[in-house]
Amino acid sequence: MPHVSLPEGIPGISSGFAFRPETAKPMRELAHVLLHEPSTLSPAERELIATYVSSQNDCFFCQTSHGAAAAAHLGEKAHTVEDVKQDFTRAAVSDKLKALLVIAGQVQKGGKHVSAESVQKARNLGATDLEIHDTVLIAAAFCMYNRYVDGLATWQPRDPAMYATMGKHLATHGYITPSTKP
Amino acid sequence: MAHIQLPEGLPGIRGAMAFRPETAKPLNELVEILLHGPNSLTPGERELIATYVSTENDCYYCQTIHGAIAAASLGDDEALVKKVKTDFQNAAISDKLKTLLVIAGQVQKGGKNVTSASVADARATGATDVEIHDTVLIAAAFCMYNRYVDGLGTTQPKDEVMYRERGKRVARDGYVSVSKEYLPA
Repeated sequence: MPHVSLPEGIPGISSGFAFRPETAKPMRELAHVLLHEPSTLSPAERELIATYVSSQNDCFFCQTSHGAAAAAHLGEKAHTVEDVKQDFTRAAVSDKLKALLVIAGQVQKGGKHVSAESVQKARNLGATDLEIHDTVLIAAAFCMYNRYVDGLATWQPRDPAMYATMGKHLATHGYITPSTKP
Repeated sequence: MAHIQLPEGLPGIRGAMAFRPETAKPLNELVEILLHGPNSLTPGERELIATYVSTENDCYYCQTIHGAIAAASLGDDEALVKKVKTDFQNAAISDKLKTLLVIAGQVQKGGKNVTSASVADARATGATDVEIHDTVLIAAAFCMYNRYVDGLGTTQPKDEVMYRERGKRVARDGYVSVSKEYLPA
């Protein structure tokens, strides 16, 4: 049962958003800019970073919904989502994305864990300052979203079909409008 | 030196925000609502929660600037801010705020660390659902802001006067207003 009286029948972060629309607005906008708006990193790459961090933070709702969004972007390569969660160093993603996932994993442990070496490695593989910035902020932001979703003890159904539908909505429309209806 | 080329002369999160105004906008709006907007928790109480979480995350810039904003909101009581950072259970704050700081500390360790017992303790001291919600979100949000500031290796001057002066301005004018000086219109 959630720690506060969240609206019933709405899963995960959507229930926190419905409970407090004032804070939902900037939180939705931040996710939309980071994951959905034009970027030199593809939406699939950015969703994989979000999924990986959520998986390291052990947040079921976030890793499943963002994993579904990543899968929707990846189409027939959807299996890459599980591969990245299990061991991204062996997944079929670019060396640049692997270097950015290392940075994201360091941010997840704490900001001071990011090393000059890991940043240099990403840069050597072609990562720009903006891509490194966005990787750090995506990872940091999911340390917020994950704690928000689990810290309120939100309802997190185990229904794969629900997440698949949600993932398609997020991949198509982004984060400004709700992806779930009560 | 910062990990990426950030604009010079803007310490901490300000350099990162000036580098990427598109994300700065929602980041400023979120902190404005959580810490400065109307709330049954005072700005001083909410800034103490932000300061405590930033201290637990060992982020110098965030704990110092939010500590300064907290002090400015609490009649310049810098000693109280310091006590909350090191030993809030024995600080001169309400029992309700102590129970909310317990929840904030649990969120800092990870969302699943928040217990029903600590939430029940907060409720027993009079905390409302919105106050508990906002405590969880303030703590979660500072796990983001702290990682953003340290993860980019931003400049964090050891200049008490700078933090004290800026703390007074943010306490008075809020985050969105003050951010206009380094963000494009």
